[in-house]
Amino acid sequence: MTGAPSPPILPVSLAANPKLSSWVRFAPDGQVMVSSGKVEIGQGIVTALAQIAADELDVDIGRVRMIRATTSTSPNEGVTSGSLSIQQSGRALRLACAEIRQIFLVAAADRLGVDEDALAIEDGTISGPGNVTTSYWELAGDISLDRDAAGGLPKPAVRRALAGRSVQRLDIPDKVFAQPRFIQDLALPGLVHGRVLRPERPGAKLTRLDENAARAVTGVIAICRDGSFVGVVGETERAAEAALALLRKAAAWSGGEALPDEDDLANFLKAQPVESTIVDHKTASAPGRKARTIRARYTRPYIAHASIAPSCAIAQWTADRVRVWTHSQGVYLLRADLALVLKLPAENITVEHLEGAGCYGHNGADDVALDAVLLAKIAGGKPVRVQWSRADEMTHAPFGAAMAIELEADLDAQGEVVNWRHAIWSNGHAARPGRASQPALLAATELAHPFPRMVSTNPPQVNGGGGDRNSVPLYDFPSWIIESHRLLTMPVRTSALRTLGAHGNVFAIESFINEIAAERGEDPLAFRLRHLRDERARAVIRSVARRATWKPAPQAGIGHGIGFARYKNTGAYCAVIAEIEGEQDIRVKKLTVAVDVGEAINPDGVINQIEGGAIQATSWTLRERVRFEATRITSTSWADYPILRFSEVPAVDVEVIQRPEMDPVGAGEAAHGPVTAAIANAVFDCLGVRVRQLPITRDGLIKAMDLSS
Amino acid sequence: MPSIRFRLNGTAREIDADPTSTLLDILRGQFGLIGPHFGCGSGECGACRVIVADHAVTSCDTPVWSVADKDVTTLEGLGSPEHPHPLQRAFIAEQAMQCGYCVSGVLMSAAALLMQKPEPTEAEVRAALDRNLCRCGAHNRMVRAVLAAANEMTVP
Repeated sequence: MTGAPSPPILPVSLAANPKLSSWVRFAPDGQVMVSSGKVEIGQGIVTALAQIAADELDVDIGRVRMIRATTSTSPNEGVTSGSLSIQQSGRALRLACAEIRQIFLVAAADRLGVDEDALAIEDGTISGPGNVTTSYWELAGDISLDRDAAGGLPKPAVRRALAGRSVQRLDIPDKVFAQPRFIQDLALPGLVHGRVLRPERPGAKLTRLDENAARAVTGVIAICRDGSFVGVVGETERAAEAALALLRKAAAWSGGEALPDEDDLANFLKAQPVESTIVDHKTASAPGRKARTIRARYTRPYIAHASIAPSCAIAQWTADRVRVWTHSQGVYLLRADLALVLKLPAENITVEHLEGAGCYGHNGADDVALDAVLLAKIAGGKPVRVQWSRADEMTHAPFGAAMAIELEADLDAQGEVVNWRHAIWSNGHAARPGRASQPALLAATELAHPFPRMVSTNPPQVNGGGGDRNSVPLYDFPSWIIESHRLLTMPVRTSALRTLGAHGNVFAIESFINEIAAERGEDPLAFRLRHLRDERARAVIRSVARRATWKPAPQAGIGHGIGFARYKNTGAYCAVIAEIEGEQDIRVKKLTVAVDVGEAINPDGVINQIEGGAIQATSWTLRERVRFEATRITSTSWADYPILRFSEVPAVDVEVIQRPEMDPVGAGEAAHGPVTAAIANAVFDCLGVRVRQLPITRDGLIKAMDLSS
Repeated sequence: MPSIRFRLNGTAREIDADPTSTLLDILRGQFGLIGPHFGCGSGECGACRVIVADHAVTSCDTPVWSVADKDVTTLEGLGSPEHPHPLQRAFIAEQAMQCGYCVSGVLMSAAALLMQKPEPTEAEVRAALDRNLCRCGAHNRMVRAVLAAANEMTVP
């Protein structure tokens, strides 16, 4: 007896959006319209997805038009985050296109009266013996793709023409020729401008507001006040800003969050009420004998997204329907939160994506979208564009959470690790919209009938975790316990910033590994290889060692350090060797990186992502720290929140280990943790000083020297 | 409001404007140009750089009165897909960006540098771009692109 064949297991995005027509359409003019729920945030995803579609369909990539994500037609793929886009959207698209290709081959065989196996597809033209031809576009009228995916069979890697090739990005020409692509550059008829008034102190309530002076400004259309939410709409940006300045003068606030001591974050984090979880626990069957224990505490500060463009959104109401243009990472998730705030059915809200500046996680994009929606209500049907100020961007967007991480290792008489303990204190690393029964949008907490301020949580371990991301070591220590303590208070607003907790955890683990190796007098690279079983992990370490000729001869004033991680323990493998120059200040001269992302769809795109991640991580490591005093964030500008400049960035040399048969994974977050650890380890190599507190500034070095002497 | 005359991307213009308006306001608001980008409003990030005469300036804190009778060039005036400036070609060839929001300002700083110093060293390129911020970490690609463009422009 044979049962019905079990349905194939579809990739997650395809299972959630099975209609083939939601992914691909053939336009009459010979184009292929490809939709994805993932969005371009400067990472080149749109090009990589176009490569995958063109490959599976056998069309020239020039025919592929990537449709911007919109809740009106796009597949719902949640959020563009976690380096999952190529993994989720890429796999879905590959399978959908493979199936569509097969459907068209069957139809072509029927129409042309030839055997399906005798047909070939070249640039969308389907031809067979005796010069019979048809095409996707000729057949498209007769074939409905409004059917559920059954699971196509993609081409073997060797037959892919574009995947694995460094195709030029589709969006770059527009950006060098000043063609509109960014939301900030969208011109709509009748566009007017909104600005929002916010208190310096997080969570403060508005107690008094005199609107008269602001109303008198030429060009002011309307002023909106709903509880502590105040905004103004003007004919021009200048008018709206002039009115905003007057509103600011005429406003009084009270209450709000008490911010912690910025110089004592570890003690603040450890003193808060927490929710504690055991992330992982492993006990040796034959425990080794402990001779001594070494301990260290590592911290990282709050880190800002500090997007180069202030967040921006446009909204327009027509009766009880609203259309929103946004650079949010998740159009459906934003829509869900807008529906909660507006108490409208989601169908009344259309959310469309337009590119913003580089996005490294949950920044102000969603918040400003609600700002625009609220201000558009008073604009008489005109589209309202709201753009945050630089200070708004630096102070009101959520931050990456500060972390305190304590590590302990029990060593036996030979200095081998017999037990390992890792404990994290941190706010949650995610408070994204669209995930809870309450909205996560800033203005929602400011209304007269406010929604509660959401305290950030952590994604589950199965999704890579949050504060605990990358806290379980990949090293083969015989026993360990990993604990995560998530704060239940949140005076400083935190949410997802690139890598979530992986940056802090990898910095801590990879620093501590070097501390142990140094105790043993063992080469830190050899120590790692001795404790790693995963061949791909060993391969990136060996590759980077070869490329940087580990370990270069000692040289005064120069240090070298290594860092390694597999992002989320399930994603890209990345090993880094940093070369630094250190005296009073640390200068990172060169970062050598080896990375394994499985199948690299666009190798230059991967290199670009790794270079960018490495440079951003260097900036985090040497410069970045959100500053505040008891009642306000004080890092409100680039002067108070410096990032690395052109004359300061290291050379970055990247080797991509291509594995065409392995599923592709993302590259955008692979380098951050390893780079930071490699720099800290290089500082120790150069100066003999172990810096356990980020950022590694001149003051930090002096403090660390004092502590070690 | 007083009238102010200047040349914008090679064309003579005369506008009536509050002279304290910023050049960025006028370029984006009145002329609808999207090359110069708003980033900070205080001349710190360089996303809004345009060339006035032969210097790259931050248009967000340059009052419009100060460009009277001068030449103003934005990214729109640097080149076009049909007639690209070597810098624009080089930025495409080197894939010299991630998000690209800062690129317009970087291109204008680089173009001003090449006007003054056609064969810059790498250190000179970095110094010239030091007041342009890039958050994505595409710095080294941009430097390579500027050097490639300089090379192309000076080869006879």
